[in-house]
Amino acid sequence: MSSDANRQPAAPSSLRLVMTLAIAGLVSGIAIIGIYESTLPTITANKARELREAVFKVLPGVSRMQALVYRDGRIVVVPEPEKDEPVVYGGYDEQGEFVGYAMPGAGPGFQDTIALLYGYLPRDKKVVGMEILESRETPGLGDKIYKDADFVAEFSALSVEPEIVAVKKGTATLDNHVDAITGATISAKAVVRIINETHVAWAEQLPAPGTEPPLAGDAADSGTGQ
Amino acid sequence: MKKNESYEELVKGIWRDNPVFVQVLGMCPMLAVTNSAINAIAMGMASMFVLVGSSFLVSTFRHVIPKQVRISCFIIIIATFVTIADYTLLALVPKVHKELGAFIPLIVANCLILGRQEAFASRYPTKLAVMDALGMAGGFLLALLSLGAVREILGDGALFGVRLFSENFEPWIVMILPPGGFLTLGVILLFFNWFKYKKDEFLADVAEAERSGN
Repeated sequence: MSSDANRQPAAPSSLRLVMTLAIAGLVSGIAIIGIYESTLPTITANKARELREAVFKVLPGVSRMQALVYRDGRIVVVPEPEKDEPVVYGGYDEQGEFVGYAMPGAGPGFQDTIALLYGYLPRDKKVVGMEILESRETPGLGDKIYKDADFVAEFSALSVEPEIVAVKKGTATLDNHVDAITGATISAKAVVRIINETHVAWAEQLPAPGTEPPLAGDAADSGTGQ
Repeated sequence: MKKNESYEELVKGIWRDNPVFVQVLGMCPMLAVTNSAINAIAMGMASMFVLVGSSFLVSTFRHVIPKQVRISCFIIIIATFVTIADYTLLALVPKVHKELGAFIPLIVANCLILGRQEAFASRYPTKLAVMDALGMAGGFLLALLSLGAVREILGDGALFGVRLFSENFEPWIVMILPPGGFLTLGVILLFFNWFKYKKDEFLADVAEAERSGN
């Protein structure tokens, strides 16, 4: 910094340097808090809306939802799940009858974590829909896991037991087979693996079919806000 | 005269001193987010907001900021604008924000932006600094867009998500992948240098002809 000092005839005092940086930091901090506070409601609302839309998309015929968590050995209804607590969403139809679960799952993909949501009917043990929530797969290749309608449609009636298997494109024969994507085998297999892992993780915790928690009164509206 | 001067500052960034093609700055976002035209535009607009905003502030306070702490001050100003851009994009266009991911916060580290503060905004009046920032950001946006458009057309057969070719078109997957960024940038830089070479040659020819004419 000596060259800079030479350029400036009278070197400013250290106090002035410290004060300049402190004021700059203070103003910057206030600006950042301001923008954070003013955008937070929109961002939270966006996220909640995205989740609702995804739940209704992966569970056909569902128009209401509530968050369910596993506490003290059973599945309970919670209005607001705690942060980082594993959660599934119960989907209910117009009459409030239980239809199925929307299960969030995440795992490593080709480039970064893939987060997805799939609809699961416990009675039929079938996956009825899949939606990718977050992924950074290669554009044009790996992103076909959500851009390729044929691939997404593979998950509309899929048996999860014994497990879903990704097979070479065009060779799917059984109802637990998924046609992988040519050129994006890793991403396609990652999706299948995430669903299998999530299914196994929750299999023991979900209640027996027919004994799902009923739609709680205060949660009834959480899904109808459109 | 004054008008010409600011016009000159605006135009130089777009063509003659184009930050990417001539100064070869800002390569990280250039190669990373240009796999589609729409991403390129979003990145260009975010960078433009940050560059113009920070050039304005830096130029306005150029007599207040002591030389010894100027770089820290520039970074604080740039980082504030980047955070504002980050949250605004997240609130308004969450889809685009998702695509750009980590590259929005990384605008802070774009040497193009810090470079303009140090080389121009901290030395010139506010009006010229803003014109310079607009020009440089415009040039950056143009460069991002030309790379993004070429890569999306060749690598995906589409532009802004609209299919351009029939089903028979086999996309050049490599253009979408990182190597495609280097290939496209290399070809464009080749063109710019060829153009400059030809221009110099032409000017030399003209000078030669004038001399022999006399």
